[in-house]
Amino acid sequence: MDLLSTLRVAFRALARNKMRSILTMLGIIIGVGAVIAMVGIGQGAGQKVQSQIANLGSNMLFVSSGSMNRGGLNLGWGATKTLVRADVAAIVRECHAVAAAAPGTQTSAQVVYENDNWGTRITGTTPEYFEIRTWAFQSGAAFTEEDVTNAANVAVIGETVRKNLFATTDPVGKTIRVGNLPFVVIGVLVAKGQSPAMSEDQDDTIIVPLTTLQKKITGQPWLRFVMVSAKSRSGSYAAQQQIQALLRDRHRIRPKQPDDFTVRNLADMADLASEASKVMTGLLASIAGVSLLVGGIGIMNIMLVSVRERTREIGIRMAIGATESDVQRQFLTEAVVMSLIGGAVGIAVGVLASLTIASTAGWPILVSGGAIAGAALVAMAIGIFFGYYPAQKAARIDPIEALRYE
Amino acid sequence: MNAHQTNSLPVAEPPEQFNRDQVVIQVEDLHKTYQLGETQVHALRGVSLEIRRGEFVAIMGASGSGKSTFMNILGCLDKPSSGRYLLEGVDVSSLEKKQLAGIRNRKIGFVFQGFNLLARTTALENTELPTLYARIDKDERHRRATDALKMVGLGDRIDHFPSQLSGGQQQRVAIARALVNRPSILLADEPTGNLDSRTSVEVMEILQRLNDQGLTIVLVTHEHDIAQFTKRSIVFRDGKIRRDEPIVNRGIATESLKAMPVLEE
Repeated sequence: MDLLSTLRVAFRALARNKMRSILTMLGIIIGVGAVIAMVGIGQGAGQKVQSQIANLGSNMLFVSSGSMNRGGLNLGWGATKTLVRADVAAIVRECHAVAAAAPGTQTSAQVVYENDNWGTRITGTTPEYFEIRTWAFQSGAAFTEEDVTNAANVAVIGETVRKNLFATTDPVGKTIRVGNLPFVVIGVLVAKGQSPAMSEDQDDTIIVPLTTLQKKITGQPWLRFVMVSAKSRSGSYAAQQQIQALLRDRHRIRPKQPDDFTVRNLADMADLASEASKVMTGLLASIAGVSLLVGGIGIMNIMLVSVRERTREIGIRMAIGATESDVQRQFLTEAVVMSLIGGAVGIAVGVLASLTIASTAGWPILVSGGAIAGAALVAMAIGIFFGYYPAQKAARIDPIEALRYE
Repeated sequence: MNAHQTNSLPVAEPPEQFNRDQVVIQVEDLHKTYQLGETQVHALRGVSLEIRRGEFVAIMGASGSGKSTFMNILGCLDKPSSGRYLLEGVDVSSLEKKQLAGIRNRKIGFVFQGFNLLARTTALENTELPTLYARIDKDERHRRATDALKMVGLGDRIDHFPSQLSGGQQQRVAIARALVNRPSILLADEPTGNLDSRTSVEVMEILQRLNDQGLTIVLVTHEHDIAQFTKRSIVFRDGKIRRDEPIVNRGIATESLKAMPVLEE
């Protein structure tokens, strides 16, 4: 029997038991839909984390002064005093993989503007900081190298600080106070949101020239961190190695002695996050895959019932000239048609679900063509795999027995 | 109901080397043994027989006589345990399953007691079914099926479903289906078993007409009245042929119908 006739017979057989066919297809619809939606969710979440990490800065490395153990008391991150501005100059000069570096130190402070005040972080750094972190301004501009040299009383504020101190007015040109020290606001940064790596509000900060903070507020000449950008993403590992070697050398750390600083590589963090999201995607997809498997078993079940019910029809067809392969093809076609229709509807359901979830969660919309093509192929494979045994069973029926079957 | 339509019969033209006296079916010493649990059942114990083109044979016998087994072998649904079966000179007892399916499709037309039409499938589509497996193209399929239905007097019901047809009409659809591939032989297994007596005679009238046009028919029946419409009766008992004789005082279905009351369908 030719393909067209075989298809017609299959469609008619499925239409004969509409409810049953639809329920059977539902298994595949849910399975395929779930796989597509789950892969979409996993990839969307992964993409979101990646973009948040990229948001921290381009090819960024973060060098922090190390922890120090003093008499059994671990003073934690940033306790050592060995990281200094000369190290930053050396990093830029000697590490080939490094594009730029910005020294930084940090403390917390109460910031006052007229009748409002806000407790926040105050970061001292150099103008390179804004480039390394690819942080743009919504108004005003960054301070200059000259401001750093002169320890000028100028400040750049983050979005959270602006919201809390300047609800309606434009902060640029206004004067805020940190303790008794007045600062002129010269720029407002765009919002960056929550940092995925350090889980803190990146916008809750004011940024001033490094020297201003060191000399007029903390009185500490050492640095707590250095922000470094590598020349390329692939070069960030090399940069990490070079910085590590350089700082060990400059700080005269003997072999086997631990570093008095820590270098963290955002590319590594991004890889780690993407690895995690891949694992999550795989996990979600395999759970969804189980429901697809169950759908396939549903098809097999219904096909077995169908073969039994239509034993007599099979006998008639064989008596008038259907070969075993004709009969096998007929039932296989039915199973494949069911799984393909289920697959097609499932793709639509899955895409719709991913779009809905993406728009509610504010994720990038991710419906990969690969997942759709894969789902279609898997649906077809399920039809063939789970339809094969019932079809084989149908083909093996003895026509004499079948014609006697009531 | 018009069973008297005259249409040319779509029976296969006999191959060159055959003429009307040619042997269509030749069986030699057929044996069939089944294993039924512990016991062996000898369904056929040496059956030899020749059927020539244009014959109309009634096969009779009690149940268990071996006639069903014999018909299954004639119909290429079953294979003999030993012996030879030549259909139009071809030894079919040695053929593969797939080739047997081809023989059933092209050389043999089946008519069953229970009609065995596909439900929810129109008369035309039921009739077309064998042509589908013969891979005949669509227009030709349609033409042949329509012709076959006209020939059994159902030209005006081609779009009816089996459930909309009477038993006699359903059996005529089955006959049309059996003829659509122009077989060498028509095998009818108690074709009147489920029909009332007038309808039975109507079916026999069609079979007689087809036979008059040259179709070879082998018919299994319990009823002597029905066998009386054929030309030769063969009686089976205990797996062997007990009697094989020509029918004397053969009934003519057209005549018998005139004497019978017409029933509303």
